[in-house]
Amino acid sequence: MRSYRSRRIAGAAGIFWSFACAFVAAASLLLILGYIVVKGGGALNWQFITQLPRPVGITGGGVANGILGSIITVGIATLIAAPIGVMTGLYLALFARGGFAESVRFLSDVLSGIPSIAIGLFAYSLLVQPFKHFSALSASFAFAVLMLPLLIRTSEEAVRSVPRTILEGALALGMTTFRSTLRIVLPVAWPSIMTGLLLSIARVAGETAPLLFTAFGSQFWELNPTNPMAELALQVFTYAISPYRDWQSQAWGGALLLVMAVFALNILARLLLKSRVSVLR
Amino acid sequence: MIEAAARQASLETRELNAYYGEHCAIADVTLEFRPLAITALIGPSGCGKTTLLRTLNRIHEVIPYARVTGQVLLDGEDVYDQGVDPTALRRRIGMVFQRPNPFPTLSIAENVAAGLSRQMRGARRREIVERALRAVGLLDEVADRLRSSPLMLSGGQQQRLCIARALAVDPEVLLMDEPTSSLDPISAANVEELITQLSGRYTIVIVTHNMQQAARVSDVTAFMLADEDGPGRVVESNETTQIFFHPRDQRTEDYISGRFG
Repeated sequence: MRSYRSRRIAGAAGIFWSFACAFVAAASLLLILGYIVVKGGGALNWQFITQLPRPVGITGGGVANGILGSIITVGIATLIAAPIGVMTGLYLALFARGGFAESVRFLSDVLSGIPSIAIGLFAYSLLVQPFKHFSALSASFAFAVLMLPLLIRTSEEAVRSVPRTILEGALALGMTTFRSTLRIVLPVAWPSIMTGLLLSIARVAGETAPLLFTAFGSQFWELNPTNPMAELALQVFTYAISPYRDWQSQAWGGALLLVMAVFALNILARLLLKSRVSVLR
Repeated sequence: MIEAAARQASLETRELNAYYGEHCAIADVTLEFRPLAITALIGPSGCGKTTLLRTLNRIHEVIPYARVTGQVLLDGEDVYDQGVDPTALRRRIGMVFQRPNPFPTLSIAENVAAGLSRQMRGARRREIVERALRAVGLLDEVADRLRSSPLMLSGGQQQRLCIARALAVDPEVLLMDEPTSSLDPISAANVEELITQLSGRYTIVIVTHNMQQAARVSDVTAFMLADEDGPGRVVESNETTQIFFHPRDQRTEDYISGRFG
């Protein structure tokens, strides 16, 4: 056996090494954030978030239609994914048993690993090709598929974390399973479910690949989700690869907006989780 | 509820076996529960007393892969018959759990009313809530906090709230699964006092680890035991005084006198 001294040194070295790794991880994150803030901060101003894009050569203009389009697209995706994801999670946590449950979990895990561009392609062949034109709706569909795995997993965990005696207490009063679940169990799990929902929204908010051949982008105000629609992430992409300095700086501004949105969603999710702890003691 | 003439529900099991998957937890339990009396189920850990209790209101079967064979007769009708609706059964057989389990997102009043039908509204609903809270001696303590969260209450108060919640549905039978084991001594004494007050109005079956408690509160005691890895069985059931002072079975005597368990 090695001496106490050498083991202590080895231990200290191990701790230092893991600390250094943690530092690198945190620092690279901060570096990216800082870089985006520095590059994008200059482009951010009131007209950037309230005006339509302007043609090349005319300075000014903004990404307002992209912001609106992103909100609409993600909103519709949430409306599609939330009920399916939450109910699936509920089912897996409370009622599913045996092989079927395992298959659903496994498929959901696989789904979470499928590249978003593949899912975009799927949405394209399903909802764009048959109708012969791009649409925000097809993008929402792709987003909903992307949101599902995370939503299912977090909802299942959320419902699972509700003590089983609470469900049994409701059943023992003669409540139906349906009512016990919806009236008693689901409200307890609600903050965690909302947290999962916000995280899954954050997950797709910055997705760009599936948008390329679904929402496609637009130069105009567009409120009809069956038409092509502007998307913030797409505008970042288009502007960034353009040869114009003005557009490139706007791309950074758009990227900063996206990061801020994701940041805000994450903070909101954390706050919700804190409120949950008080409910469960 | 409390004022109503007590209804004598007859409850008994016949050759009852309960399983968790392949594992048989209790076997061949044939036991009559005396109407309007308190029956205590005692025995060492793992002897199946909680499982037996949970088969009586069919809450056993909500655990995945759990099942039952044999009969549980309530007023002569097998509760495991095809046509029996478990929710209707559970309105007649209330249950109190080992740890207080108030519904965290409902208020104190809503907790008590949780099992009432939705048609029951307004003054009638309030009256039932107050009566149930009074029955468990909680009304004065929470009268000004009916709308606040039950999690504000102490453990003992929460457990009495759970008893009130069960009483509000107006059951004939009350099942209690070690209702005082998670409480501090004073709260436990309060709840135990409450249980004795309820005797004579409900048919009560109580699982307890605490033999003094069984001796204090129950009229009848059933002693259960499981042999190594085998299912739990009822060794002996009799008047509580008989079980404690003149047990017929040597194993009962060994357990009562603290030689094992």
